[in-house]
Amino acid sequence: MGKIRTPYLLLLPGFGFLFTFFILPILNLAQTSTQTPVGGGDTGQYEQTFRFQNYIDAFLDNKEQFARSFIYAIIATILALMISYPLAYAIAFKAGKYKNFLLVLVVAPFFTSFLLRTVAWKQILGEEGFVVPTLRSLGIIGQSTTLTSTSFAVVMGMTYNFLPFMTLPLYASIDRIDPRTLEASGDLYANAFTTFRKVTLPLSMPGVVAGTLLTFIPAAGDYVNASILGSPSTKMIGNVIESRYFKIVDYPTAAALSFTLMAAILILVTIYIRKAGTEELV
Amino acid sequence: MNKKIADPSIPKIPAGAKFQRWFGRNLIRVYMVIAFTYLFIPVAYTFAFSFNDAGKSNLIWKGFTLRNWQNPCGAPDVCSALANSIKIGFLATLFATILGTMIAFAIGRHQFKGRSTSNLLIFLPMATPEIVLGASLLSLFLVFKINPGFWPTVIAHVMFCISFVVVTVKARIASLDPRLEQAAMDLYANEFETFRRVTLPLVAPGIAGAALLAFSLSFDDFIITNFNSGTVITFPKFVYTAAARGIPAQANVIGSGMFFLALAIVIAGQVVNRRKSR
Repeated sequence: MGKIRTPYLLLLPGFGFLFTFFILPILNLAQTSTQTPVGGGDTGQYEQTFRFQNYIDAFLDNKEQFARSFIYAIIATILALMISYPLAYAIAFKAGKYKNFLLVLVVAPFFTSFLLRTVAWKQILGEEGFVVPTLRSLGIIGQSTTLTSTSFAVVMGMTYNFLPFMTLPLYASIDRIDPRTLEASGDLYANAFTTFRKVTLPLSMPGVVAGTLLTFIPAAGDYVNASILGSPSTKMIGNVIESRYFKIVDYPTAAALSFTLMAAILILVTIYIRKAGTEELV
Repeated sequence: MNKKIADPSIPKIPAGAKFQRWFGRNLIRVYMVIAFTYLFIPVAYTFAFSFNDAGKSNLIWKGFTLRNWQNPCGAPDVCSALANSIKIGFLATLFATILGTMIAFAIGRHQFKGRSTSNLLIFLPMATPEIVLGASLLSLFLVFKINPGFWPTVIAHVMFCISFVVVTVKARIASLDPRLEQAAMDLYANEFETFRRVTLPLVAPGIAGAALLAFSLSFDDFIITNFNSGTVITFPKFVYTAAARGIPAQANVIGSGMFFLALAIVIAGQVVNRRKSR
């Protein structure tokens, strides 16, 4: 009898905690999302009226920011994948005894605060930094072109900040590939590209899926990069939710937006996992 | 993957195979140098500007000084923000590691009804965007008339750290050789003894790693903290609010200090591991 109970006893405190501070809040958020202001009440006072129209209003008012969040997040995820894959591959197969050292190097930049690094990018890409004058004198960008306060800066910041979430799972799954399978492919007259496409890539798919999810999800909900590196015209849905909460005290709209964001992410992620899991890629 | 790997009838061996191999090998080296440069540019920048003789706004290089390093608390509020972050990080790590390790043992070591639901419940907080976690928790606190502040922030951090602890410790438990525990039982150790003298010491590095991960997640968190901390200023919050007018060089000192400290801990951990495995 005791044996059967053990796992439940071990789970109880942790799951009790998660239930109270993760599940309940989400349910409460759902409840808030259909409220309307109390007639004649102060700002910030709402009552439950089950107004599902809130969702439609919230979405229509912020279509642009929604679209931007997903476009930025998708571009950042693709860029992070393109940067991380060769890096993870190189560490797994070419680094030899320096493998652990290089892995530490991948994670090391992230010990400096996330915010500090983002501010550093802002200053590096800003007017006083060294990048803009260099590019201008080389004629790559126009004299009046700036890099900060642009969508370029926001996407670059997101790519940079979520890079280890991509590199580490990729490394974990590439490192597990038995190099003999690659040799076997070569022995069967596959060239390097075919070997990559038919052997390495399919075997590393779990890492690609995990990495893209771990990058895409936080990127879609992020607002720090957009507010430090962007401008009002690069606002993402996270910025809207944040200002609805703190500046406008419009909890129902903020809740409806949060739910729409979560639902959109869940749908995209489900489609993506289905595609990546069952269909052969390329 | 039981598809045909390649069509053997068209052998494709490139002409300058040797040159290509040489180029390939060095290309990847060049690539790694570029990638690591990209990764380290903001770190180098932060470190360099920690020596800037800048006064209040650390935007333009004005000359080299050691003053910021000699007096890292020189700028107003920077050290109280750091202290808050360390306190919150420590408490959150402690609770999240205990709760998460218990869950990891339950899932990793027992077969029971609801095991897959448990895995789902662990996965969900990691798949939810931070802003939704932060906003929903704040609205719960508001319903119960709890003011955001120090303890709500600790609770929020425990909540999002638990899953990461579970995943890390579970991986370590899964990699254990079950024969070691069987051997202990064969040598007449009872279940508790086996756990204390065999299982726990073997899982300990995983727990330590999970605790480090939890601390760094908590220390670096901004979005969830911003929603639940009210007037309590943590280090990331300090940087965020100061960013508009240029952050003081002391913040760079603290950021760089954290960088070297964490690097030292990781390297020390690896050295200890290598010694043990010998």
